[in-house]
Amino acid sequence: MRVDPRQLLDLVVGDPQAERAVPPTGFTARLTLFTAAAMAFLAVFALALSMATGRLADRWSEELARTSTLRISAPADQAAAQLRAAITLLETTPGIAAARALTPDEQRSLLEPWFGPDLPLESLPIPQLVEIIEEGGGYDATGLRARLQAEVPGAVLDDHTRWREPLISAAGRLRSLGWFAILLIGAATAAMITLAAQSALAANAQVIRVMRLVGAEDGYIARAFVRRFTGRAFLGALGGTVIGMLAVALLPRADDIGGFLTDVGFRGAGWLWPLLVPPLAAVVAFFATRAAALRTLKEQS
Amino acid sequence: MSVSNGKDLRTLDLRYDCNLLQIWAKRAGNGGEFTVIELEDVAYSYGGAELFAQLNLSLAPGSFHFLTGPSGAGKTTLLKLCYGELLATSGQVRLFGEDAASLPRDGVAMVRRRIGVVHQDCQFLDHLPVSENIALPLKVAGREDETGNNLDDLMMWVGLKAQANQTPPQLSGGERQRAALARAVIMSPEVIIADEPTGNVDWEMSQRLLTLLVELNKMGKTVLIATHDLNLIRTAKNQVSARVLRLKDRRLQLAGAEL
Repeated sequence: MRVDPRQLLDLVVGDPQAERAVPPTGFTARLTLFTAAAMAFLAVFALALSMATGRLADRWSEELARTSTLRISAPADQAAAQLRAAITLLETTPGIAAARALTPDEQRSLLEPWFGPDLPLESLPIPQLVEIIEEGGGYDATGLRARLQAEVPGAVLDDHTRWREPLISAAGRLRSLGWFAILLIGAATAAMITLAAQSALAANAQVIRVMRLVGAEDGYIARAFVRRFTGRAFLGALGGTVIGMLAVALLPRADDIGGFLTDVGFRGAGWLWPLLVPPLAAVVAFFATRAAALRTLKEQS
Repeated sequence: MSVSNGKDLRTLDLRYDCNLLQIWAKRAGNGGEFTVIELEDVAYSYGGAELFAQLNLSLAPGSFHFLTGPSGAGKTTLLKLCYGELLATSGQVRLFGEDAASLPRDGVAMVRRRIGVVHQDCQFLDHLPVSENIALPLKVAGREDETGNNLDDLMMWVGLKAQANQTPPQLSGGERQRAALARAVIMSPEVIIADEPTGNVDWEMSQRLLTLLVELNKMGKTVLIATHDLNLIRTAKNQVSARVLRLKDRRLQLAGAEL
């Protein structure tokens, strides 16, 4: 099939001659600009949300998948001996890179959010925690539990599976919701631009009639509208994207206390993603207007 | 084929480029091998009522026809069938040998480029200057490069050079009709169809328009004019060999010697 370079160019940049034949219509111009701007603003936030949840899921997956915790609850006179036995056992277990007992200060900081500072840890029956760092394909949890039961009766192994998987699943779903929201925004943009294009076509019925009478093909008439709406959608989306990016940039910075809520935003090269919104809005507008125009022209004939 | 030397137009104080008109004439000529527009047993109904039936019409290349009839007889509808804006309810309309009913959508557009139409209400794009309105057929056909000198000559021919940058609402009725005629012929179509072209102009202007149409016919263009102006028909018959068709009582008849 032969591709006409001129038609290809028209597809991308439209046809200024055709566009000139259609008088400007203020209402549809404002509607398209506003819709594209509002939708782009929302798309930037949906994108930020999706990327934040993605980071969250990755972090949880990364941090929790490679670590486990051993909790040793033993009478005070046996605690040190059981800890030594557990460390020895862990260090000789295949798949474990390192095993380290948490210091009293580290354990205190873990409890601080609930009990406050200056907790007298020594006077409380707090179990000793051991951090296990995995390597390679990880260890055999079932075998390790059996050995611990035999050699360190006060030890309980927590490989984080119970709560890691639901958290990762929740983060994944949140990310999917973010992408779904972006799809919905795209569909809503297409619907609004279709309505605006149909309104413009109806308002210009006489213009279309004249163009037809002088031999204009449907494609030529459609291009007159397509170029205009594509340009408006791009400009509107550009404005909405810039405002959206500014709003995201002005959100409170991420910190440990705020956690996920203050982590909504873009990082590094992630700031380039929102720049795709205006051209995507233009593409959506192009196809929505073209489909609406050709359909309407067919109905009007 | 007869080509005007331009004297008739000059006597009406209209300047035009004879060479340009000769080029149009060459494009249009085909030796009369087929009928450019043919209607065979055509009927057209609107809203359940039959406007006309069993209508036959054949326009040979280079012929000149008037279409008359009382108001509401269906003259405009018949013209619309002739340039493919309407499709017959039954029967067959052939435009340049092609069945109008089976033409694809873009095929209809191609046919309209071969038929210049002058409407009673002119049908302009009011936001564009007159010159751009006249050049519109070339633009939609992707032939903008032919616009330049052709447009200037054509605007001089119809006497609208000075009004080139005005918009259609700024023109008088006669100027609008002449602009419509210029737009109808800029593509050098084989057929000119005019619907009451003198309906809104005074006698002098109607004579100027008629002269332009007669000149086009002398260059080989097929001309079909719907009018109820019998004086115009009588004047034309002194200048050109014209057939007069009367649309009455749902039938098309050849008008008698009274015209």
